[in-house]
Amino acid sequence: MEAKKANDYKFDISHLNLHYGDFHALKDVNMKIEANKITAFIGPSGCGKSTFLKTLNRMNDLVENCKIDGNVLLDGKDIFKEMDEITLRHRVGMVFQQPNPFPKSVYDNVAYGPRIAGIKKKSQLDEIVERSLRQAAIWDELKDRLNKSALGLSGGQQQRLCIARTLAVEPEVILMDEPTSALDPISTSKIEDLAMELKKDYTIVMVTHNMQQAVRVSDNTAFFLLGEVIEYNDTEKLFSIPEDKRTEDYITGRFG
Amino acid sequence: MNRVQRARGINQIMTGVFYLIAVFFFTLLIGFASYVIIKGFTGATPEMFAFARKGSIGNQLFNTIYLVFISLLFSIPLGVTAGIYLAMYAKKGFLTKFLRICIETLSSLPSIVVGLFGYLVFLVFFGLGKSLLAGALSVSILAIPVITTTTEDAINGLPGHYLQASLGLGATRWQSIYHVLIPACIPRIMTGVILAAGRGFGEAAALLYTTGSGTDLRWNNWNLTSPPTCPLNIFRPAETLSLQIWGGLQINGQDPNLANLSAAILMILVLLFSIGEMH
Repeated sequence: MEAKKANDYKFDISHLNLHYGDFHALKDVNMKIEANKITAFIGPSGCGKSTFLKTLNRMNDLVENCKIDGNVLLDGKDIFKEMDEITLRHRVGMVFQQPNPFPKSVYDNVAYGPRIAGIKKKSQLDEIVERSLRQAAIWDELKDRLNKSALGLSGGQQQRLCIARTLAVEPEVILMDEPTSALDPISTSKIEDLAMELKKDYTIVMVTHNMQQAVRVSDNTAFFLLGEVIEYNDTEKLFSIPEDKRTEDYITGRFG
Repeated sequence: MNRVQRARGINQIMTGVFYLIAVFFFTLLIGFASYVIIKGFTGATPEMFAFARKGSIGNQLFNTIYLVFISLLFSIPLGVTAGIYLAMYAKKGFLTKFLRICIETLSSLPSIVVGLFGYLVFLVFFGLGKSLLAGALSVSILAIPVITTTTEDAINGLPGHYLQASLGLGATRWQSIYHVLIPACIPRIMTGVILAAGRGFGEAAALLYTTGSGTDLRWNNWNLTSPPTCPLNIFRPAETLSLQIWGGLQINGQDPNLANLSAAILMILVLLFSIGEMH
């Protein structure tokens, strides 16, 4: 990994510290995230992996008493100092743990981001909606119910719709916060296939509780514990020959 | 008797109690409403349904609806924005707490006090005549807290992930409120508006000093700048149904039959609105 050129990395994070009030949630995190790869974050509940993920598109800005220092560079630009959060979130999209479609039609859900960004032309929106739904591998299921409420879809469909909604903004990075934890096994495998398909065009960062999932889909894995990155490596290496005792204990199920 | 039997027994008794209470209220409402409506229509004469200057209810019915409409023009924008502020922007603290207490107090103000306040502010201070506008503004004072509270509750009742999802797509806070949160809240905000309108329909005390009791309308006069006989003129006196009930029994010729009909019509209006609220 060290031999790679700088532009192979999407994110370059150095000395990142995050406090919620008095609680030190992230401790001196240093990490480079590879472009067009899937990077997985694993670790027990409350270890800071979701917090770290949300830092990457500044969703933590919404939390009161949240103090962040350190550098997060996206393509070499500091996301806190050289970018506003709106632009950042256009480039770094997010899929949440609970499928969270808006109480609007399928079409309006997908068209929401582009509309917010100022696209008004119907033909252009039609084209974006179809392309995004196709990319999210859900066009065939939904093409006849574009005007039906998104709330009537199954959980798995809703989650793929949410991925389509994120894709419609044409981000470069997609953050996924435990995207399958509320879904059944079949929907889960669809989302995983989708993620592997999408990494051709996007950089994907995924938080997961499920270690098998990290092994199945990710190229690199970071293991978090108590706000620290204990180990960050090629997924295969991390799971076969962990360097740190704590990583080994966690992946072999000795705690967590 | 063992524990399970006793629990089942109590369960049955309580079920019965709740049914009885439901039946009691149902009978009370049906009995009350049908008494008012039947009594109103049995004493009515055909002339009472006209839109005449005296002895009919048409103008008052129009005034009632028009007054509530005008008051909603003021109270919906103010109430909804205040509700959005409280739900989305207000920081927790002394000032917000105080503001909330103010709004709660406002919603429980006796309407006669609001009427006197309206008289003092709109008539004495701003020099409006006794008019539909002054009455509508007074009714707004009663309606705004209702709409504010329902809007705030509606937004707070939404799943928090709507806002997150919208912000995550690069929307600003206001875009999220305008394009996602408010549309999702509209059914519940409408409930608040209808409750407020219902209160406006029945309001008498707040209007006693503010709207006057003239009803001299010319239904062929649509010129707003003419002397105050144009029905749409908001600067003219405007007796409403509830004022007509009060006046019919107290002063203007002691006409209980007219007041009864007026009450029946008002009752129907409020019932229609309450039924509409459920849908």
